Amino acid sequence: MAKVLLEMKSITKTFPGVKALDNVNLQVEEGEIHALVGENGAGKSTLMNVLSGIYPFGTYEGDIVYDGEVCEFHNIKDSERKGIVIIHQELALVPYLTIGENMFLGNEQGSKWCIDWNKTYAEADKYLAMVGLTDSSKTLIKDIGTGKQQLVEIAKALAKHAKLLILDEPTSSLNETDSRALLDLMKKLQREEGLTMIIISHKLNEVSYVADKITVVRDGSTIETMDSKNQEISEARIIKGMVGREITDRFPKRHDVEIGDVMMEVDNWTVYHPEFSERKVVDDVSINVRSGEVVGIYGLMGAGRTELAMSIFGRSYGIGISGDLKLKGKKVTLKSPKKAIEAGLAYVTEDRKGNGLVLSNSILRNTTLANLAGVSRATFIDKDKEYEVAQEYVEKLRTKTPSVDQLVGNLSGGNQQKVLLAKWMFADPDVLILDEPTRGIDVGAKYEIYCIINDLAKAGKSVVMISSELPEVIGMSDRIYIMNQAKIVGEMKASEATQENIMACIVGVSAEKNYADGEGREANNGRK
Amino acid sequence: MNTFSMKNVLKKNVMTIALFASYFLFAVLALVLKNTDMFDPSIVTSLIEQNAYVYILGSGMLMCMLTGGNIDLSVGSVVCFIGAVVGLFSLENKIIKMPLSTPMVLLIAIGIGVAYGAILGFLIAYVRIPPWIATLAGYLAFRGLGTQILTTASDTSAISLPKFDGQLDLFDIFAGRLFETDWGVLNIPCVAIGVLGAAVVVFISLYSRSSKIKKGYKADPEWFVILKSCLISAVILFFTIKFALDGGMPVVVLWILAVLIIYGIITEKTTIGRHFMTVGGNAEASRLSGINNKRVMFFAYLNMAVLTVIAALIVTVRTGAANSFAGQEYELDAIAACIVGGVSAYGGAGTIVGMVIGATLIGVINQGMFLIGVDQNWIKIVKGLVLLAAVVFEILSKQGKKAKKEVKPKKVNAEAEGEAEAEPAAEEASALEETVVSEGTEAAPVPDAGLATNET
Repeated sequence: MAKVLLEMKSITKTFPGVKALDNVNLQVEEGEIHALVGENGAGKSTLMNVLSGIYPFGTYEGDIVYDGEVCEFHNIKDSERKGIVIIHQELALVPYLTIGENMFLGNEQGSKWCIDWNKTYAEADKYLAMVGLTDSSKTLIKDIGTGKQQLVEIAKALAKHAKLLILDEPTSSLNETDSRALLDLMKKLQREEGLTMIIISHKLNEVSYVADKITVVRDGSTIETMDSKNQEISEARIIKGMVGREITDRFPKRHDVEIGDVMMEVDNWTVYHPEFSERKVVDDVSINVRSGEVVGIYGLMGAGRTELAMSIFGRSYGIGISGDLKLKGKKVTLKSPKKAIEAGLAYVTEDRKGNGLVLSNSILRNTTLANLAGVSRATFIDKDKEYEVAQEYVEKLRTKTPSVDQLVGNLSGGNQQKVLLAKWMFADPDVLILDEPTRGIDVGAKYEIYCIINDLAKAGKSVVMISSELPEVIGMSDRIYIMNQAKIVGEMKASEATQENIMACIVGVSAEKNYADGEGREANNGRK
Repeated sequence: MNTFSMKNVLKKNVMTIALFASYFLFAVLALVLKNTDMFDPSIVTSLIEQNAYVYILGSGMLMCMLTGGNIDLSVGSVVCFIGAVVGLFSLENKIIKMPLSTPMVLLIAIGIGVAYGAILGFLIAYVRIPPWIATLAGYLAFRGLGTQILTTASDTSAISLPKFDGQLDLFDIFAGRLFETDWGVLNIPCVAIGVLGAAVVVFISLYSRSSKIKKGYKADPEWFVILKSCLISAVILFFTIKFALDGGMPVVVLWILAVLIIYGIITEKTTIGRHFMTVGGNAEASRLSGINNKRVMFFAYLNMAVLTVIAALIVTVRTGAANSFAGQEYELDAIAACIVGGVSAYGGAGTIVGMVIGATLIGVINQGMFLIGVDQNWIKIVKGLVLLAAVVFEILSKQGKKAKKEVKPKKVNAEAEGEAEAEPAAEEASALEETVVSEGTEAAPVPDAGLATNET
């Protein structure tokens, strides 16, 4: 048996009120590629942040045994000195510096006072060759693609004499060819340099392609570790570990809601990335939603769900958008969010702090923001009416606040979400696209949000709910679309959906494949 | 729920209190040290007249700053340039042989302002040039252009404005007194305006309180409303009586009031003003709420240019001549007035009343120190310190709020699930950086962050 390079023993990391990691054990042998898989928020990144010293020693319980000794990392420098290098999902390269300069940023070559540029570039070229990058180390980062940038990150890590390399979702922004090249590079580095690697990924096909061992993390605990030497690891098997959670009665039932005509229909919708214009972020997607219906769109992070929603909502994301959008059977072109709002659409963002609410403004001002015309006459705001509206929604949604003049920034996540919902409900749309409506809010508030969604459906609105929580999608939707890597890969009635067959759509393999497809077809027929 | 408390009131009005305190402090110092009465009618009048341009430019600058801390550096130079143009067309000189009538001159000045504002607004909003760079170009170019016109047109590189007897001239529109009387005689129309103004203030305060109560909204206690409107009335009467003793209501004051009232209403009561604040508060949220961020930016700078023309006319008429050093550092005076008046340097928050208090405070410090014979250089040092103190105060008071706030979410976070992974990391990070970039975490200090994402 190979030597154990890293052992994390009963790691427990608590954030105020929340156990992000609960007694986690992880063992990584020298020279292996170890994959960490789990749903969003399962605790993978937290674990890696503990390992690399981002959460310094003392803020967690348990031991990190690395190379035979117990380590106390107080910052990233400490862990890097030991050869533990983490490459984050968001690349940390400076676009207007050369590859060489980037690689030795903070690790400059030469004497204490003077950088030896010849040495820098010679060293850089050496490591670039190791990762198979033929570009000159004097090329600017902005002039190479994301795939190559990822390689530069790896070369940078190698230049730090990494022994244990942690890659956090390394392929999330790469296309298929680049992803494959990266995975092959990982295998090559393992073979030739004897490098030990930990990879975090949502793409299970990649994980089973590259990893020797797979550890499943769920709800802050390690569930199991599978070894590809002893057993064939099927993706279905990984999924089972990831989602083996019970759906409890956390969702209020909708009774007697009549599902009416098709309210919104999107056909052959294709969207390209605004910066990497050759990359499709939404690929030939067709969906529809009826009045009184709640349609769930499930997919892992980066599947293209938000991009789909925002591009529908007045082309607020993406370029080269093509496809048809029909509202109540009529074809429309919505060129701006303003036009979209006027046409009866609402997009309730997943990022309420970033682009949903004005945190420095009051509840009152945020509530009327998307429909100021509704409380004003000839641009003059009727403050009394505005107050009444805000008050009405605070009561209706049971937002907990001393007054509507309270700044939104001072509210808790759940109450902020209610204000965001109020804002869009007051805009009186026909179709509401809710993007992760319950992200980061507590269970009680979640239940209340679900009730609001049910009320909206009862009022004849069409609700599109984007979510990466399987139980939520299954529990709340009438119908579910499954999205993966920019495409819709499945459609099924919620009554027939299970966590397993939804996940199966995503990986495209399972014994239940035929079953799921049959359902999808049936639903399709029903629609026509 | 009634959230009224004396502590909050004091905290909200720190700058107003500072203004009163420094006014009386300087009055006492001037009386003791130089035997000068700072409350003398002509000194009080000149306090307002000298700072007229700050109020007007400050209103425009406020609108720019609301959109995300954006500023216009070109206003001082444009004041000089407009002055030069007005002088150029007003009377015969080396370039212009046929002087134009006063309305024509005004039309040209406003036309230039609109054209410049439209170009500037277009460059900033649609071409996405950072405001301070676009206006820095104007700062350099218009100073040069104005000076060039003046040196070519006149040997003294200054053009005196003509006075026409019995005919409308610029002095009638932008200077002088309403129903002028002799010095020391109480000007009745002026006092009447003051009494009327005070009555309107009292009426509006009481009326809005009673209508709030009728509808069951929370309202400040009666004694407080009465006290507040009495104080405001007292200030109004103080100024109008001083004006009245100094010959009558200065026409400039009417211009100032008109601008302040219009912009006060725009920022407080209209959807337009709300759009400005939202763009500054969270550009992305405002875009997704159907607000046209680009148009807001465009109008911010168009509006600034038009107000600059008004300020230029007032300043040129007050000095009686166009000259090449007119308007120097006016842009900084306007920015300082806004900052001292509590307008957020990152956008999204600020009021006309705050700006007026900031402008007046700086004006009082200026005048007071001048009267007690402090050197100009020292006046600048003190003004700089006051500006710094105002910002430090604003940031510290915000931090205090944040520290209190942070205790609360922790309790609520207890049940948070998905956010648990991302949120505490951010919290810890911001706790570390708090002392350095306390503001940065709240509001992105990038002025064109909103525009950057505006691309379609």
